[in-house]
Amino acid sequence: MNWMVWTMPTAGFFSGIALLLAGMTVWQYFSPSVERKGFLPIVTTRGDRLFIGLLTSAYLHLGIIGFTEFHVLVATALSVIWIAILMRWG
Amino acid sequence: MTQSTATGQTVSTPKSRQSALANARYKKESALKSNIGLTVYLILLILPIYWLVNMSFKTNQEILGALTFFPADFTLANYKQILTDPSWYNGYINSMTYVAMNMTISLLVALPAAYAFSRYKFVGDKHLFFWLLTNKMAPPAVFALPFFQLYSSIGLFDTHIAVALAHCLFNVALAVWILEGFMSGVPIEIDETAYIDGYKFWNFFIKIYIPLIRSGIGVTAFFLFMFSWIELLLARTLTATNAQPIQAIMTRTAGASGIDWGLLAAAGVLTILPGILVIYFVRNHVAKGFALGRT
Amino acid sequence: MNKIESNKGWLFVLPVFIVVAFSAVIPLMTVVNYSVQDVFDANTRFFTGTEWYRDMLNNPQLQGALIRQFIFSFTILAIEVPLGILVALMMPKKGWQASLALVLVSLPLLIPLNVVGTIWQVFTRTDIGLMGWGIRELGYAYNISRNSGDAWATIILMDVWHWTPLIALLCYSGLRAIPEAYYQAARIDQASRWAVFRFIQLPKLINVLVIGVLIRFMDSFMIYAEPFVLTGGGPGSSTTFLSQALTAMAIGQFDLGPAAAFSIIYFLIILAVSFVFYTTIMHMQKDKTTSKSGE
Repeated sequence: MNWMVWTMPTAGFFSGIALLLAGMTVWQYFSPSVERKGFLPIVTTRGDRLFIGLLTSAYLHLGIIGFTEFHVLVATALSVIWIAILMRWG
Repeated sequence: MTQSTATGQTVSTPKSRQSALANARYKKESALKSNIGLTVYLILLILPIYWLVNMSFKTNQEILGALTFFPADFTLANYKQILTDPSWYNGYINSMTYVAMNMTISLLVALPAAYAFSRYKFVGDKHLFFWLLTNKMAPPAVFALPFFQLYSSIGLFDTHIAVALAHCLFNVALAVWILEGFMSGVPIEIDETAYIDGYKFWNFFIKIYIPLIRSGIGVTAFFLFMFSWIELLLARTLTATNAQPIQAIMTRTAGASGIDWGLLAAAGVLTILPGILVIYFVRNHVAKGFALGRT
Repeated sequence: MNKIESNKGWLFVLPVFIVVAFSAVIPLMTVVNYSVQDVFDANTRFFTGTEWYRDMLNNPQLQGALIRQFIFSFTILAIEVPLGILVALMMPKKGWQASLALVLVSLPLLIPLNVVGTIWQVFTRTDIGLMGWGIRELGYAYNISRNSGDAWATIILMDVWHWTPLIALLCYSGLRAIPEAYYQAARIDQASRWAVFRFIQLPKLINVLVIGVLIRFMDSFMIYAEPFVLTGGGPGSSTTFLSQALTAMAIGQFDLGPAAAFSIIYFLIILAVSFVFYTTIMHMQKDKTTSKSGE
């Protein structure tokens, strides 16, 4: 495992993703998601919206890291808000 | 499969024969045009390969001396050198070994998975399918270095199985994708009838289902062979001497005194031959090809 | 087809899941770990946070490679898709001619990537290559190591030569799946050749074209060995695409941190483009089926 050069932040990141997936599975098991159409141009399920949210958040992070002087946590905070909006109304 | 061929053949009614006659002339003309177009395309396609083959039978003096369409001084020396030197021909054996391993692993794991995707609805199925596809999207250049460390750390560096497993990254996804298309074309009633007849699942799967999707497996095998055989970056990164693929060995032809063109050409020609064999075996399946499910 | 709703599906998918997780998830995690550190060896490393990402995003060489990559991928798709369809339409339907055409058309697909590079390197050399020599004889000062326009044209020609057959094969099998009755109906209606193509053949081809375009986009976006052998990325860096820039950084200079950050960005780009593409097509297909059942 040593060669994988783990750090606390990345370990936290992957644990977070894993928990998120596990949580989504449990949620799906107890209350199956129905496809619906929100403000996104396509019909989506909960899982679709989460994926779209995570992918766009990754881009948001890249944009803020690469082309602004803001701290990376600003991007993270914005992403959380964005994912919440997407999950609720997307 | 049986269904689609049946509809294809049994519909020649008298009425249609009449109209076919009326259009015979038009058809002949367009057929001629197609044949000419296709011939031109095939000639252009073959020309670069022909040039390589041509060169492989020449001596280096002739290659560098003048441009000739046929070897004036026909020689097999280049091939002889490759086929008698173990450090050369082992490259071919290595390549074929890991390609065969990869095809076996990919098909074994992909068959049940493709069946599940075509027959069952389960939690996260669509996302899992897309996730598999993302691995086909992952550039080998991204994975070369971590693979090197992963396989070094578990002691598999420079083995055939390491390359075979690394190629699973993109080949498993591809196999699932293609097979799922074929399996969706097989009516689910076949499964149900088999269960009613008292077949156990694996019995049914191996004895009835797999023969039904023969062409699908043929086409899949073709693509698995193709993508594993042609890949260079991972195969080169994960091997040193024991499992080195022919593609990596070929770079040896560039020596201090310039490139040994004849030898390079002969080595290149020999990498094309296994491919020809594979195409020959699956040509009829490719024709039926992706007909099922996907069209 | 109605799928059975059952999480038994996961049981079948498990082997694929394990194989792919082993060869995709572990390396991907490693890449992420590298991207936030300056690693000298496993015990000497410093946390750098987002620094590499900032460097890479503002690196003009990589931005250049990215733009070239997009131009390249869209150019070859724009040529290969129509050409592939045309070739598929021209190919004979049965008999030995069909087998021969299939084998010949598939031939370039089965050649290892660096051998493709070698074939074209040899073919386009102005001293010993047929094409390079021929163009020179026609009076054009063709030079792929000096003139970036020539280098681009040659690489695109090479890719079209190599991969048009894939589109052609997929379309050919798609065309074979169209029942003869459709054509007969068209003949009775005196439909023009174009109408037959537009309303009978093209709709049946859409599904296989989706596979073809997706595979071609993904693969062309990670093209490495062919331009590397043919032009070495030159002249200058005019034909250096993303994979080559990445490999030079990771394996050539061993700048693991920046290379890893670059990998992540690279992967995200392919992921996003492919996701948009995949979703659009899947929804198009779904709309088609729902509107059909609604009629």
